[in-house]
Amino acid sequence: MLYREAGDFKTSYVADSQTFPIKFDRYRYYAVLIIGFAFIPFVINDYWVNAIFLPFLIYSIAAIGLNILTGYCGQVSLGTGGFMAVGAYACYKLMTAFPEVSILIHVLLAGGITAGVGVLFGLPSLRIKGFYLAVATLAAQFFLVWLFNRVPWFYNYSASGQINAPERTMFGVPVTGPETAAWAAYLFCLVLTVFCALIARNLTRGMMGRKWMAIRDMDIAAEIIGVNPLMAKLSAFAVSSFFVGVAGALFFAVYLGAVEVGEAFGITKSFLVLFMVIIGGLGSIFGSFAGAAFLVLLPVVLKLVGVDLLGWPTDLVAHLQLIIVGALIVLFLIVEPHGLAQLWRVAKEKLRLWPFPH
Amino acid sequence: MPEQLIWGMEVFFNGLMAGVLYALVALGFVLIFKASGIFNYAQGVMALFAALTLVGIMEGQVPFAHLINAIFGTEIHHFGWHVPGLLAILLTMVVMIALAWAVNQFIFRHLVNQEPIILFMATIGLAYFLEGVGDIMWGSDIKKLDVGLPQGINGPIDELTYNIFNYGFFIDNLDLVATLVAALLVIALVIFAQYSKQGRAMRAVADDHQAALSVGISLNFIWVMVWSLAGFVALVAGIMWGTKSGVQFSLSLIALKALPVLMLGGFTSIPGAIVGGLIIGVGEKLFEFAVGPMVGGATENWFAYVLALLFLVFRPQGLFGEKIIERV
Repeated sequence: MLYREAGDFKTSYVADSQTFPIKFDRYRYYAVLIIGFAFIPFVINDYWVNAIFLPFLIYSIAAIGLNILTGYCGQVSLGTGGFMAVGAYACYKLMTAFPEVSILIHVLLAGGITAGVGVLFGLPSLRIKGFYLAVATLAAQFFLVWLFNRVPWFYNYSASGQINAPERTMFGVPVTGPETAAWAAYLFCLVLTVFCALIARNLTRGMMGRKWMAIRDMDIAAEIIGVNPLMAKLSAFAVSSFFVGVAGALFFAVYLGAVEVGEAFGITKSFLVLFMVIIGGLGSIFGSFAGAAFLVLLPVVLKLVGVDLLGWPTDLVAHLQLIIVGALIVLFLIVEPHGLAQLWRVAKEKLRLWPFPH
Repeated sequence: MPEQLIWGMEVFFNGLMAGVLYALVALGFVLIFKASGIFNYAQGVMALFAALTLVGIMEGQVPFAHLINAIFGTEIHHFGWHVPGLLAILLTMVVMIALAWAVNQFIFRHLVNQEPIILFMATIGLAYFLEGVGDIMWGSDIKKLDVGLPQGINGPIDELTYNIFNYGFFIDNLDLVATLVAALLVIALVIFAQYSKQGRAMRAVADDHQAALSVGISLNFIWVMVWSLAGFVALVAGIMWGTKSGVQFSLSLIALKALPVLMLGGFTSIPGAIVGGLIIGVGEKLFEFAVGPMVGGATENWFAYVLALLFLVFRPQGLFGEKIIERV
């Protein structure tokens, strides 16, 4: 009834090619933005921010990054954790070396540095394809984690080998360090998430995104119709790593505050982000958000039901969580390989016709 | 002879032994990949699961005791009997065959004709699932596995090398046994694949699914068989690694060690898995010995991957892999 495109006339090409061509979608999007920016910051407390909102926003950025590489360009990467570590350590080095520069610039620069590292590890993708590449990206994962663990320069020769985020402010309000208010950290991450999602959305529907998708669908055919595989693959690695690096920087600076690299950015993190992308939907920006929300909420819900409601021991619930996540991955691949995003699309198609079946 | 060189030789031999164990895991990957085109990330978890089941059966643990206790408030843990090693291994094999059947029936039958990368991700899901099931079934504490394999320093080699170099090499008996078992396993597999009816059917399936179907080979049967074989290899690997360092979560990480072995040797070649395993084993031990102390150690974590990565840039299909031909 409400979800209609009838009567929504477009009078210019700009209006026709906007991100949300249907009015209802557009208003829903504005409503989500308004609630996110103007409502949630006033009602949240520390628990909500640390348990749900910060991980959701940060993982969304990482998932968007991986989705660009895997979902749009078809290059499977298992090195996300390693690239997040690059973002975190780059941010840490920048924060401690140039304390007077704004943290926002540091986070973006950390993304830029990660993009450079990503291109470096993306170079073999020109020769190596498929599984071989997936396994080759593990080289990045293990090497980078080892590097940050063993070379003292990266953690400023601190005795514990950890890195700790010093306090930095935006407009006089601390956004990193122990004094940070919940709403400030939330807003800082939200701004960056919206920024990243906007960029990703517009890149993927433009020329660059089409090149990536051509490479994904068949790289030789893409080459024949004039897509330069070198540029397409490396740009996908660069853009993807930029997002992943920003996510890593936020994960360290705003969310955790103190990081031990093997624990925070190990191979399980790579898999976690990959699962978000699969469950959410390969090749969909909305899917990245949906997947991140799903896998952030799942442990919280499981803990609520298992530990608090049923009174089961924590380790048992943790194991159950492994089983459920594994089973869900397989189930999604069998039933709906395009993930939550596809379910959403189908639901929208149904809504257009509702309540009439034809 | 200078001391460094003698130590280097000892490291070399120990690297060979470690390489054999890597090759053992890699073998499981190659078997499944050849026959069904599935790159089975869960192979390491299968080894862990097999070892956990073996220990659980030997000790007479009640499966899912933890879960049952949590739901019904009971306090059960053990049946109170001990199963002898050989019988326990046979029972574990039955469990692994049942697992192979279930995996084929519930997962991969539904994923026929999907892209390889989707299948790969499904095995990652399977790995998580199996890890959770193993933990809930048998508990997640570190367990000791002892099926009566010899362990400790090998006396004769120690004496012999002491007489020659004036320095006794430390070679573990278990590693020698593992080498022997791996060699026997490979020979048995090659004979099976070359001369038995099922083995030929397996190779036919590996060559071309549709052609194999058209001459009356049951794909389902072959896949269950291949997964069972991989389960068997996983069991052997699980016994070796479990005896060496205890049955615990880190056992499943040997899959990550086997991946560069596969890249180096080629995904489709059994000899490749062996040679790749030896190269990686020796390479990483020597690198750690020679360069490790200069850069802070623990280079074993990444050396294999970087070596394989550099190697692949020059030969994308690995040492013995089939040449990759691309058609439009």
